[in-house]
Amino acid sequence: MATIWIDGVSYEADPSRNLLAVILELGFDLPYFCWHPALGSIGACRQCAITQFRGEDDHQGQVVMACMTPAAEGARVSIDHASAATLRKSVIEWLMVSHPHDCPVCDEGGECHLQDMTVMAGHTYRRSRLPKRTYISQDLGPLIGHEMNRCIQCYRCVRFYREYAGGHDLQAMGTRDRIYFGRYQDGPLESEFAGNLVEICPTGVFTDKTQARHYTRKWDLQTAPSICTHCGVGCNINPGERYGALRRVRARYHGAVNGYFLCDRGRYGYEFESSDRRIRVPLAPRGEQNQAEELSVQAAVTRVAKILTSSRRVIGVGSPRATIESNYALQRLVGADGFFHAACAEEHRSSLAALDALREGPSRSPALREIERCDAVVVLGEDLTQSAPMMALAIRQAALAIPRSVAERQGIPPWHDAAIRESVQSARGPVFLLSPAPTKLDDLATRVYRKTPRAIAAAGQAIARALDPQVPALAGDEMDRAGIEEIARALTVAERPLVVAGSGTASEAVINAAANLAWATSAAREDDRAAELAYALPWANSAGLSLLGGAPLDEALAAAERGEVDAAIILESDLDRIAGPGPAERFLGQVRHAVVLDHIAHPTAARADVVLPAATFAEGHGHLVNSEGRAQRQMAVFSPDEPIRESWRWLREAMMLAGYDEADSWTGAEAIAEAAARDHPALARLPDAQLSADFRLGGAKVARAPHRYSGRAAAKLHLNVLEPTPPRDNDSPLEFSMEGSPVLPPGKIETTFWAPGWSSPQALTRFQEEIDGPLRGGDPGVRLIEPAGEPFAYRDVALSAPSPELAPTPVVAAFGSEELSALAPGIAALAPRAFLELNPRDAASLGLADDDVVSVRARGASARLSVRLEPGRAQGTAGIPLGLEDIPVALSFAGELITGS
Amino acid sequence: MAALSSAERAEIDAEIAILPDARSASIEALKTVQRHRRWIDDDALGAVAEYLDLSKHELEAIASFYNLLFRKPVGRHVVLVCDSVSCWILGNEAVKQALEDSLGAAFGEVTRDDRFTALPMQCLGACDRGPALMIDEDLHGPVQPADVSELLRRYP
Repeated sequence: MATIWIDGVSYEADPSRNLLAVILELGFDLPYFCWHPALGSIGACRQCAITQFRGEDDHQGQVVMACMTPAAEGARVSIDHASAATLRKSVIEWLMVSHPHDCPVCDEGGECHLQDMTVMAGHTYRRSRLPKRTYISQDLGPLIGHEMNRCIQCYRCVRFYREYAGGHDLQAMGTRDRIYFGRYQDGPLESEFAGNLVEICPTGVFTDKTQARHYTRKWDLQTAPSICTHCGVGCNINPGERYGALRRVRARYHGAVNGYFLCDRGRYGYEFESSDRRIRVPLAPRGEQNQAEELSVQAAVTRVAKILTSSRRVIGVGSPRATIESNYALQRLVGADGFFHAACAEEHRSSLAALDALREGPSRSPALREIERCDAVVVLGEDLTQSAPMMALAIRQAALAIPRSVAERQGIPPWHDAAIRESVQSARGPVFLLSPAPTKLDDLATRVYRKTPRAIAAAGQAIARALDPQVPALAGDEMDRAGIEEIARALTVAERPLVVAGSGTASEAVINAAANLAWATSAAREDDRAAELAYALPWANSAGLSLLGGAPLDEALAAAERGEVDAAIILESDLDRIAGPGPAERFLGQVRHAVVLDHIAHPTAARADVVLPAATFAEGHGHLVNSEGRAQRQMAVFSPDEPIRESWRWLREAMMLAGYDEADSWTGAEAIAEAAARDHPALARLPDAQLSADFRLGGAKVARAPHRYSGRAAAKLHLNVLEPTPPRDNDSPLEFSMEGSPVLPPGKIETTFWAPGWSSPQALTRFQEEIDGPLRGGDPGVRLIEPAGEPFAYRDVALSAPSPELAPTPVVAAFGSEELSALAPGIAALAPRAFLELNPRDAASLGLADDDVVSVRARGASARLSVRLEPGRAQGTAGIPLGLEDIPVALSFAGELITGS
Repeated sequence: MAALSSAERAEIDAEIAILPDARSASIEALKTVQRHRRWIDDDALGAVAEYLDLSKHELEAIASFYNLLFRKPVGRHVVLVCDSVSCWILGNEAVKQALEDSLGAAFGEVTRDDRFTALPMQCLGACDRGPALMIDEDLHGPVQPADVSELLRRYP
């Protein structure tokens, strides 16, 4: 540690940091614009000026930029010194010359970094009477609003978009006082991470277009710590609610998982919550004369209980997008033998194999921010930008690990982004991508291999064998020796090598080959360490569901086919979407009774006897386990209208009525989580994921809404002149109110992220233990899976027999493949239409051309898809979009082309 | 004429050959196209972007940065009038006025006969010859307002 002096007082500081970071960390106010903890320093905006003195006797000093000055031993600086303070005041005055001052109509107003900094720097009066330069703003698509007139040219948008996220279509146009941040022409921003511009922009140039449709200011939102439900990565989110509906989702900082950012599926998927398809009351879809009939809570629960008591064999279909609690309740209800997963056999096998590999072997699954620090990456099969976007963003940073370390060895401090970029230029990697089709990470890859999933598994195994001869040989590795050796060497010499795979190739062999590859590195390395191993699982709770155990949906369908099922309880799943309308209808016909619990209406629900309205992620409490094996808690953001409640509460009520006594003990969210933790050793640490409901600060709970929350007394005035009592929350340390402890809570249950003088997302520095470090008091969540270590046995990589048929290969779409987010209008507008993607040579040999329509069939499901030619696609594969409307998931995993008629 | 001509391609290729990668040739490629076509229209920008494997957004960022890369039509001859402080002190405002009067077109416009476009330029680096202006590749100065129409006559 170094000793530095700030305005005459000495402090201990980390000399590898810059003074701006140190000053903010110490709790001082110092305005800045272009610096961001994830982007580093470029010294462009000149706003963080301070005065630095040569020694104790130097009283004049010189002005330096805090963000560009290291916290070196003996540094003496002043924030308050007149020369720096005056410069800061003139810099902001100059930046504000053309700013429209339209705060009252600006969506950023009230959480605007520019507002905060203007006040902080003391620019309180506009002297300029010059005309303001104006721009025509662009239509950037359904998710992001653009108002260029508010821009202060800090360049943070393009630095994030181009350099951090790898986008190409947002640029700084023009020069001098006519800089324009935009696209060549109007059109949706192409990056899956564009929504972060809303938070990266210090003012209102980029705003959330979805929020604008139901706008609420930050101080009028109720929020709670939550977890994104739209893929397996488990990013932390702050959803905001008012008047009983979500208004927006913002990234919630997590020091180990998502850091500051979110992908657009996660940011904008929330609007499914207010979709027309929401189920809000219990229903009997096939009531009198097949007319849907609304049921009272009592009637609905009684009907379900009656089904439970009158049926001989009841099975449950658990859901990879439902919480541990709801799945656990269902598993207890139907028994381990009767518990199935709403997942195709391929997806189910991939998830189980991934979990087994993480538990049995020596490789650790890294958190996202650990992935960022890996310095050699091999991706087997997965198109991460589409299936787990934030993991792709982490790999984009990992690709800079080696080039950055080269720069740092030249003496460039790690925070000096301008110098680092100058040194790095276009150097990236090593990153090796083996995939069936082009991906958006190709641009940073050292080498890209296009292969069928089968050949990817074989190649992974061949590289593993090059590292450790103990790895069993496989017939049919179709990879050249030099390529194999190049990758093997990269994994051997790297500090922190990483192997990545996922369920997106529908191949258990790829999952297992990835494990073998990661494990085999330990044999070749001097330090005997195995590479880290990251899997991208498709759903928010794929890992959690796999830890509970259960068989795939296909086996439930087979059991019904054999007449062994009398009733099915289907949790938060649309079986039509997975198995196809034909098989789903058949299944629901074969089981005498079906109960569906879900938030959204779908064809499966329409065929059930009873449909129960389940709380969404924002309306209930529960735990999810992400692909890393980290259990994270979702806390209810708001209390939904009666009778919506968490699925497990519905199940509990029916079970109690039907005489399942154990359900009595599930008195609250924590009680059932504890029961799950007791029953499943793998989940033992589940209750440690968050602070418990009895946590108090100064005897009080923590408010979900800021103390400036307005209009509570009037919100329901049209229903009753008496203000209703706020709903109680017995399940968490939070209150559905703006009234709560005046003491600042630990970061893991902070809701408002506001500090005096800091209203924008930049207030975060006040809530971190150190800049870029964990939240104060520790990040939430708990890792459930740690590697077993040596000895281990290599996993069996079973390759399918070579076949002349094209291998069906899912094409995952960040926008469209996940069923809940696909209901959000903004996401739906960006989702692809159904297609069948072929290599032109395969198409030619089948006599197919662009736009020809082909039938695809699998397991009783079928679809007609129009052909799209992609020269970059591996020959021998047929790309079938995953999870789109009208394409059952089974087809993407197992579809067979019906040609020639 | 959207696609690049073979002459344009040859000149761009010659630049790429001496640079580390194709994208480094983007400024020279735009200058090449401008030499052949006077200015860079949207189609030409698209053709260059495709040729260099850049996005149009990236190339436009470059094209719009340099004020001697023209993204709007110009006349056969471009008149650059020095707009810096030395020339201003030495009376360039009268020269600019005389130029607009002689051309019958404002700065940035193309004269009706397609002959000239006048543009303010900061700066020509010819303070010793201010007020200065440049027509095509020729530097002129000091220029008096009365000289302007005679000067223009030399550029048919």
